[in-house]
Order: sequence, then C-alpha cells, then structure tokens
Amino acid sequence: MHSFGHRANAVATFAVTILAAMCFAASFSDNFNTPTPTASVKILNINWFQKEANGNDEVSMTLNISADLSSLFTWNTKQVFVFVAAEYETPQNALNQGSNLKGKEFNLTMHWHIMPKTGKMFADKIVMTGYRLPEQYR
Amino acid sequence: MGFVGDTVESIRSMQIRQVLMQIISLGMIVTSALIIWKGLIVFTGSESPVVVVLSGSMEPGFKRGDILFLHMSKDPIRTGEIVVFNVDGREIPIVHRVIKVHERQDTAEVDILTKGDNNFGDDRLLYAHGQLWLQRHHIMGRAVGYLPYVGWVTIIMTEKPFIKYLLIGALGLLVITSKD
Repeated sequence: MHSFGHRANAVATFAVTILAAMCFAASFSDNFNTPTPTASVKILNINWFQKEANGNDEVSMTLNISADLSSLFTWNTKQVFVFVAAEYETPQNALNQGSNLKGKEFNLTMHWHIMPKTGKMFADKIVMTGYRLPEQYR
Repeated sequence: MGFVGDTVESIRSMQIRQVLMQIISLGMIVTSALIIWKGLIVFTGSESPVVVVLSGSMEPGFKRGDILFLHMSKDPIRTGEIVVFNVDGREIPIVHRVIKVHERQDTAEVDILTKGDNNFGDDRLLYAHGQLWLQRHHIMGRAVGYLPYVGWVTIIMTEKPFIKYLLIGALGLLVITSKD
C-alpha cells in the first residue's frame, strides 16, 4: 500500500483534482464581475458608397470609436476580442443582404468576446442606433 | 487422490473466477468511460464535445495544446462566435472565428465565412475545392469554455503513437498483475 507506484498515483490524482477545482473556481469567479462598459461611435466621413460589380453595395467610412472596456477585465481574462458590426433590415428581412442601401438606417453594434485564462467564455454587445447611409452613391 | 483432485479443482476454479472478475472490472471501466463520453455528446448537442487546438491560428487567445468545450444549439450562428467545423474530406476539425454571415431570404440557410484570429486571410484556402462558404451542417459546435495545456496529452499521443502503445501496455500490465 505504500509502494512508490501507489504513492505516485495518489499524489497525481490529488493534484489533478485540485487543479480542476481551481480552474472551475477561477471561472466561477467571473460571474461576480458586473461589467459596465461604455462605447460611442461617430462617423467622421463616408469615404465612398458605390454599387459593386456583383450587385452588392459597398461603403467605406471612417469611424471615431471611443470605448471604455476596462470593467470587462477580471484576473481571469486573457483577451477581449472587440469588433463593430453594422446591422440593418430589408423588406425580405434577411440579415446582411447587401444591395440597394441608399438612405438606409443602420445600427452600429459593438460586440466583445471575452476569452478567459481558463473556463467559460462570455460575449455581449452594445447596440447604437440612429445611423444613416447617404441618399446618393458617391 | 480424491483430496488432491479436489484441491486442484478448487484452486483452478478460484483462478478462473479471479480472471473473470478482472475482465469484468476492465469492461466496467471501459463502458463507464463510454457512457460519460456519449452522455457529453447528448448534453452538449455536438458530435465532438471536446476538441484540442492543434495550430496556432487563434493566438494569443488559444494556443496549441488547449482544449475547448463545445456546445451546439439551434440559435443562429452570428459573427464573432468561435466555431469548430469540419471541411468535407478532412477529419481534423478547425477552430476559427466567424467573420461573415449571409442569411438567405426564403430558406433559413446561412452562409458562413471564418478566419483564424492570427491568420492574415480568411479560410477560403482551407475549404474544399471550389467551396466559398460553410453551411450550418459543417459546424460541429460553438466554443463555450476553455482549459489551457490539457490537450498536450492528446497531441503527444497522436504524434508519437509509440507513447500511446506504451501507456496501454503499461495499463494492461498493471491490470493483470494487480491482485484485486
């Protein structure tokens, strides 16, 4: 009962169990964090707005994005992946149907995905409404 | 003579019983592992509920040797989510982020384009010849949880198969030579 093999087995099992419990606890502690992020996006300039050869519209704009995401970070956060997406509706109600967008209203949504050092991954977003594409192509 | 014959008989029957017990306990271990694995498949809705990250295409978020827990639900797949998918004809699953989603008007079909965070271009080079988008049936699941470094065991066993045989041989030896 006290051979080297038995002792090594007991130590290894105990170590793995403790490690798993710690990872679970670290991930669980992320639930106690209440994030209060802020974001604001201003369109500085519409660079171009054209109809492409394949029928879709293409728009290039310069944005001024200011955001405070520091409340998303906990001691268990490794990386936060942030991006801004433009979303709009069309009569056929399909997402991201990219043609005939003159004068269209759209939302800019800032999404973030939290990648932890260990455990559960969270994702959330802020929706900012009230943006509009220009009436004419340019 | 009868007494010796009886003793030999009893010893032999005990040995047979011991061997049978060992075989049964080995079978129990294997089947309970299988039950846990299949239960995870049902519980997460994904055919492969745990995958190992094999490449560095998602660094610094995921490194080679990490494991990911997957979950598949009927919710639509949206940009930004990290999905695991199989390309037709390849058995190695790929873990990348969705960067474009196009939903067709009439059916609920979606076209999905993915890209690794650490890759320069999107995944069209990885898809099957002539394939430009992924469909929902290619996606095995969304990554919802993550553990670092644990997947190195699987990577070592896959890339150096002799270690796998060594481990199985050692385990088999342990089972046979243990008294209980």
